[in-house]
Amino acid sequence: MNGPHDLGGAHGLGPVAPEKDEPYFHGEWEKRALGVTLSCGAFGAWTIDESRHARESLPPATYLSASYYEIWTRALETLLKRHGFVSQAELDGGHRLEPCASPKRVLKADMVAGVLAKGAPCDRPAEGLPRFAAGDPVKTKNFNPETHTRLPRYARAKLGRVEAVQGFFVFPDDNAHGRGENPQWVYTVVFDGPEIWGEGADPTLTVSIDAWESYLEHV
Amino acid sequence: MSEHHHGHDHDHHHHDNHFTDMEARVKALETVLTEKGLIDPAAIDAIVETYETKIGPRNGARVVAKAWVDPDFAEWLKRDATEAIASLGYTGRQGEHMRAVFNTAETHNLVVCTLCSCYPWSVLGLPPVWYKAPPYRSRAVIDPRGVLQEFGLILPETTRIRVWDSTAELRYLVIPERPADTDGFSEEELAGLVTRDAMIGTGLALSGETLR
Repeated sequence: MNGPHDLGGAHGLGPVAPEKDEPYFHGEWEKRALGVTLSCGAFGAWTIDESRHARESLPPATYLSASYYEIWTRALETLLKRHGFVSQAELDGGHRLEPCASPKRVLKADMVAGVLAKGAPCDRPAEGLPRFAAGDPVKTKNFNPETHTRLPRYARAKLGRVEAVQGFFVFPDDNAHGRGENPQWVYTVVFDGPEIWGEGADPTLTVSIDAWESYLEHV
Repeated sequence: MSEHHHGHDHDHHHHDNHFTDMEARVKALETVLTEKGLIDPAAIDAIVETYETKIGPRNGARVVAKAWVDPDFAEWLKRDATEAIASLGYTGRQGEHMRAVFNTAETHNLVVCTLCSCYPWSVLGLPPVWYKAPPYRSRAVIDPRGVLQEFGLILPETTRIRVWDSTAELRYLVIPERPADTDGFSEEELAGLVTRDAMIGTGLALSGETLR
């Protein structure tokens, strides 16, 4: 979707303002927000792609003015309601009012180290051969789905070259919407700065994205 | 929309315990989920403790220092970063598919996630606020030199800049160049020169002078 999250190349958002000796958390609530978000991810009720889509679906004004833990928290509320774990009335009241869906798993303290160390790989056993090889010139497709995609706007309909075949990965554009994992080959595709930004672009700049095969066509 | 329902939360708290909207909102969420048996507050404590004390940029710094002193390890990193990094014990969440990108005299690498906040947690820990915020995400791909300047890093005009936008599940670790004045430094000393920002590409490794 062409949402507020797709920020590459936007202007007017201010200086980066790195914070010296930045703490990991700015307040206790951020710690709880991190832990609650990861704990709920362990339910197995939604995928990382669905959660990313819930975040980018926040109203643009909210998204752009929120800290990232706020974005996570608001998206988590959406996911928990969508999947029947909490109701709005419960969130409003701050207490349990009704029964809910059953998670596949509840993350207990003694499981945390194992779960974090294991992660959740998104590659899958390869099927078929990659259509593109390193060195191939390619053009990214131009599309504007209202649904989830990982092809940023700035990199659509652009000429680039395949730098590497990276493996066979779950396709987020489908997986975010419960249409299955439908894995595809993923490639690192590199673009020259002027191809993306045109006049006045930094001639020393190249930018790469990691693109699923269906984002690309032969030139 | 839930966004408009948080005002009442203030009524539940003592005046000497001011809760912001987000504090109240997260508290409500944690309370409801705990009452339903869906989450374990001790698991949250364990997650927080992990990222405060165990998983952070010291991990990545050890990877970089080893790459500086051990050419075989550097080659392994180039060939299969996930396995090479796992050999040091760094695995897991948001580090499942690692790639190491090496700075050279000609090319400087910079990592961003324009679409969200993808970051190599297993080697760098949790991302800093600026990495997840709109200014960095918008400008890293169009004006990397301007961004680097805000970090105090001014590169020669001839240096090529390669920006890696983490749009898929690959997570990038920049291997900065080893500072010139570090002959005879131990691996542990070298690791002390590798900052988090150097491994994102918004900085360089510190000079050996720093330790003297």
